[in-house]
Amino acid sequence: MDTISIRAPSVSPSGTKIRRSLRTRLPAAIALLPTALIVLVVYIGCMLWTVRLSFTSSTLLPKLDWFGVTQYTRLFANDRFVTSAENIFIFGALFISGCLIIGFLLAVFIDQNVRGEGLFRTIFLYPFSMSFVVTGVAWQWFLNPALGLQKLVRDMGFETFTFDWIVNQRMAIYTIVIAGLWHGSGLTMAIMLAGLRGVDKDLWKAAKIDGIPTWRVYTSVVLPLLRPMVVTAVVLLATGVVKLYDLVVAMTLGGPGIATEVPAKFVMDHLFERNNIGLGTAAATMMLITVVIVLAPWVYVRYVRPQGSHA
Amino acid sequence: MSMKTRVSAYTLSVALVCSTGAFAQQKAEVLHWWTSAGESASVKVFADQFTKAGGTWVDNAIAGGVNARTAGINRMVGGNPPTMMQFNTGKQFDELVSNDLVRDVDAQAKAGKWREIMPKPIVEAAVRNGKFYAVPVNIHGQNWMFYNTKIFADAGLQPPKTFPELIETGEKLKAKGVIPIALGGQPTWEHNLFRAVLVGNGGAEMFRQFYGVRKPDVLKDPKFRQTVELFGKMRGLVDPASPGRNWNDATALVITNKAAMHFNGDWAKGEFTAAGQTPGKEYGCTLVGDTPKEVIGGDVFVFPATKDKAALETQDKLIQVLLDPATQLAFNIKKGSIPVRLDVDVSSMDVCAQRSSAVLKDPANQVEAMELLSPPNYSGAIQDAVTQYWNTPSMTVDTFIEKVSNAMRDAT
Repeated sequence: MDTISIRAPSVSPSGTKIRRSLRTRLPAAIALLPTALIVLVVYIGCMLWTVRLSFTSSTLLPKLDWFGVTQYTRLFANDRFVTSAENIFIFGALFISGCLIIGFLLAVFIDQNVRGEGLFRTIFLYPFSMSFVVTGVAWQWFLNPALGLQKLVRDMGFETFTFDWIVNQRMAIYTIVIAGLWHGSGLTMAIMLAGLRGVDKDLWKAAKIDGIPTWRVYTSVVLPLLRPMVVTAVVLLATGVVKLYDLVVAMTLGGPGIATEVPAKFVMDHLFERNNIGLGTAAATMMLITVVIVLAPWVYVRYVRPQGSHA
Repeated sequence: MSMKTRVSAYTLSVALVCSTGAFAQQKAEVLHWWTSAGESASVKVFADQFTKAGGTWVDNAIAGGVNARTAGINRMVGGNPPTMMQFNTGKQFDELVSNDLVRDVDAQAKAGKWREIMPKPIVEAAVRNGKFYAVPVNIHGQNWMFYNTKIFADAGLQPPKTFPELIETGEKLKAKGVIPIALGGQPTWEHNLFRAVLVGNGGAEMFRQFYGVRKPDVLKDPKFRQTVELFGKMRGLVDPASPGRNWNDATALVITNKAAMHFNGDWAKGEFTAAGQTPGKEYGCTLVGDTPKEVIGGDVFVFPATKDKAALETQDKLIQVLLDPATQLAFNIKKGSIPVRLDVDVSSMDVCAQRSSAVLKDPANQVEAMELLSPPNYSGAIQDAVTQYWNTPSMTVDTFIEKVSNAMRDAT
């Protein structure tokens, strides 16, 4: 069930070998140098610059004074940021788990050798080819009580039918989740399907001989085998959660009120529209810290913890 | 992303053109965000007049004010500015002035007597440290109420003159099954409606105190509390599908006889015109409030600082073209605004523009727009508070006032 690691043959510590390995590695190192510099200067550099700016009183242009943690105090007293933070957790949890469940079920469905598999695969994957902006605008119309679903059902004679989540402060964030699921489930399905196709046919035969019900094979045998696919899907979906911005802008503009605001929109608005670089970078720093906190346990398990205990 | 590539490709091509055609006639690269049909028709008036005057107009239109300003500011800071760049009146270019990135045009202003022929709020919007740093080109009124004449006639009602009257009239219209107020339920337009109520019910001085002086004293005024309550009552006059609606879809509700009233800037006239309607006939326009106060802003052009003599001359010629009376009239008819020079004869314009011009003749009626009074971080924080209050009927006036006073405290 686990990935098989092949241990590299240990190199004997003789001088010639080290020199030879240096000779082969030097060109590689030179080739990687530009990338390394870009990572250092552009990524790490900009990150540090952003963190530094969050401790200043910068407005339109960066200003390198020292403003203490005032921007952070303001940030946490700001309703809009607090709502944004809550929203991103709601969206993240529902979006990732929803995509995994729907994606897996769709993949299992297609894996039953259904007729017209290619057609279904295309239909399920199609939403992913839309940009978030198109997705957002389409769902905005579809969910608008005066234009979309609610009006359609009412016109069919069900006068009391109400589905006004998108204009309801308490429910609006879930409409964003729905649009996100519609957009992202297909990709998860494609990843899962690739995994399902890689499952050894003999396992299925063995299970059949043992008389194990199909659903049980899926949950107890196939699903654990799909672990790498699940991890890939989660990573891809999680980056989508952190950068969630265009879907909200296209669909609700953060409304009604501030009900569907998200951190990335908070940062963008404050940096570019409200000339408030200090507060914007403070929010960006908080996003960075959150991502690091979420990633830290995984990095620890994957890279830091000694190989030996990882059976 | 694509925006950036387009801009840089553009910069590159301009650089090439400039280096090869140094002896060509005066070439002006103009960066602006007038991209809609009506807007580009109006900017074409400037382009044509400049071409007639012997120059070459290189049009660099970037969709979206924020995108355009970001691109323009980046180019100025990077040392490769356009010849002329659009801004809205307001504080958007304050730091460009304090960093010496734009040129002062006070000599031209003195020669053209700008201080005498333009309304004071517009002059103040373009002047920094006693000198003109921008050329205003038009005046937009932001707090107009457009109304459907047919709906009011059918209901046997008069368009309301004050806000308490508006609530009463609105309830009557609602009972008749019309949407009393068409609102684009996005934070910007909810905030725009709030400002119309504030200036109409609270008065010009309260508006300036609130957005300009920003001392919490104004919040204790009973008149302010009453204004916020009136604004809150207007929630009931808006249809449930309002949240998220675009402003032009809201205007369309009035055009199609579904809604009675609509608060918007005079740019909304473009929508009525496009639908074949004439002001004073199918729709009317009025300023609601005890006395007609008009909140005004507009567009300006700034001229990035340069040492290049030829570029300076080109900029001088552009300024002449922009403020020429005939050009002003032609431009503003297309744009839906009114000429920035109040000495231009507006009798050839529509009734709404004439009314606007007449109201502004009295300096007491001129109220400077929020963009002129507040830094964007303050107006943004107020917008957050207003949209929360508007969308949460259970929120009390006190909670709203508390949010506003926090915003006043944190404004920089």
